[in-house]
Amino acid sequence: MMNLSKKRRLQENLGSYMFLVPWLIGFFLLTLYPMGYSLYLSFTRFNIRTPPQWIGLNNYLVMFKGTETLSRDERFLNSMWVTFRFVFISVPVKLVFALVVAMLMNKKLRLIGLYRALYYIPTLLGGSVAIAVLWRRLFASDGLLNMILHTIFGLTNLPAWISNPTYALYTLILLAVWQFGSPMIIFLAGLQQIPREYYEASAVDGAGPIRQFFAITLPSLSPIIFFNFVMQMISAFQSFTQAFIVSGGSGGPLDSTMFYSLYLYIKGFGFSEMGYASAMAWVLLIIIAVLTAISFKSSGTLVSYGSGE
Amino acid sequence: MNRKQTDLAKRLVLNLFIIALALGMLYPILWLLGASFKPSNRIFTEVSIWPSVATLDNYREGWRGIGIVGFDTFFKNSFVICILSALANAIFCSLTAFAFARLKFKGKNLWFALMMITLMLPSHVTTIPRYIMFRRMGWINTFLPIVVPKFFATDAFFIFLLVQFIRGLPRDIDESATIDGCSKFGIYTRIIMPLTVPALITTLLFSFLWTWDDFFNQLLYLTSPNKYTVPMGLRLFLDSSGMSSWGPMFAMSVLSLIPAFILFFSLQKYFVRGIATTGIKG
Repeated sequence: MMNLSKKRRLQENLGSYMFLVPWLIGFFLLTLYPMGYSLYLSFTRFNIRTPPQWIGLNNYLVMFKGTETLSRDERFLNSMWVTFRFVFISVPVKLVFALVVAMLMNKKLRLIGLYRALYYIPTLLGGSVAIAVLWRRLFASDGLLNMILHTIFGLTNLPAWISNPTYALYTLILLAVWQFGSPMIIFLAGLQQIPREYYEASAVDGAGPIRQFFAITLPSLSPIIFFNFVMQMISAFQSFTQAFIVSGGSGGPLDSTMFYSLYLYIKGFGFSEMGYASAMAWVLLIIIAVLTAISFKSSGTLVSYGSGE
Repeated sequence: MNRKQTDLAKRLVLNLFIIALALGMLYPILWLLGASFKPSNRIFTEVSIWPSVATLDNYREGWRGIGIVGFDTFFKNSFVICILSALANAIFCSLTAFAFARLKFKGKNLWFALMMITLMLPSHVTTIPRYIMFRRMGWINTFLPIVVPKFFATDAFFIFLLVQFIRGLPRDIDESATIDGCSKFGIYTRIIMPLTVPALITTLLFSFLWTWDDFFNQLLYLTSPNKYTVPMGLRLFLDSSGMSSWGPMFAMSVLSLIPAFILFFSLQKYFVRGIATTGIKG
């Protein structure tokens, strides 16, 4: 009897695991094993043609302080600086914009469905190579922006935004902010959850729209703002296509658009320094993990999850 | 009466403001569309969206592509990769999601937690070993490195999306089916699958679009122009042509955006659902 039920339970488990087989194979072969292997490679010098050579912490040392034979990789530190600026400027600006538009899209208007669709279009198309190519033309010295500034506003001596190291990164930030559609939709879903009575009651007490925004809307949305921030931050750190196309694959001018992912690609597949690129991948993983953990830690004080009535 | 009028005026102003802002935002895309019909020598002298002289030459010339490979090849390759990826994602992510959402087995919580961690993992940590692995298998310059991982449910986003959806379905239907002697696979194919159609459409949709724009993997694995996809074709165009061919470049850019456009406007509600339930990147 006991044996029978044990056998049954085993069968039950086995039957369930059959559904998980594809995912399990993928998890071990395409995620876990590659992760372990890239961790190992990060301690080696490896150009794919000859076997990996163990060099201990050298790759990591080169990134941050240099070794006896090799000086510090300033291009790496620059790519980190460029990426941090990109992430921590584009994400907050994008979220503010997404929230403002979401509040507009929360109004009861006849054409609101159409408006919501229109505001999502940049997000729908913005990740493509086609839009990156367009961006390159918009901000070129003889591009659309300068054409407008010249013919309509009569300005001359305009910079070539995309090939000017001071401005190039900002064109990419603008491109990222322009794709605010996903956080907008999530904010909108959040706004629709806030009970109308809150606003009505506060209006009776004489609160104006600004007061209501800071006393009701913002606190109610804080978990969603936090969620959007973390998700957007994680994906912004990994941006690649836009910088690759806009800079023609170089990260230029003067490495001013050298995103972390782009430098990793250039190191790993341009220079065949796969050990170094693997080390970079692990540093990125750690940066993202630490920043996510910090966000979660600080969310305790900044985010209100309601009183849970 | 007066109050009604001010209300109406407020509404009008609000509508106008929203439309103006939308037009400002969409201006680059509209300009691109207009430019694709302008003769090449006018593209960078006209600020207006509407072409003063319209021509289809850009489309004709662009479609011919580069060298011996035309854009028809790039489009065909993109469609093959995207359709296979979308189908594989829908089937294998939903199998996995069904197990996580409905079945009981030892170690479920551990596997589920691991799956959720892969959701946050930057793909860079697996890129190089996967490249080495696929290279050893002779898969470089084939579609396999892009498509095959989808047969192993590696896109955790869709597993999560489908788990959330299946959890929302009432349990009593599949419980009564179990009592009636329906097998697990039967419950999956006959009960859960049909009920998850909306979430499956969302999965198909996003898989298709993300694979279409997945430039990084295409750049890594596709090495000869006859295997190139549309984004790779555009990039080839960009690199190998001078100022003179912006017209054809823009025309092909417009074509490359059309599938996304059609899918978006025909399946809009699935978009909103997908984004709202998982908060996917964008």
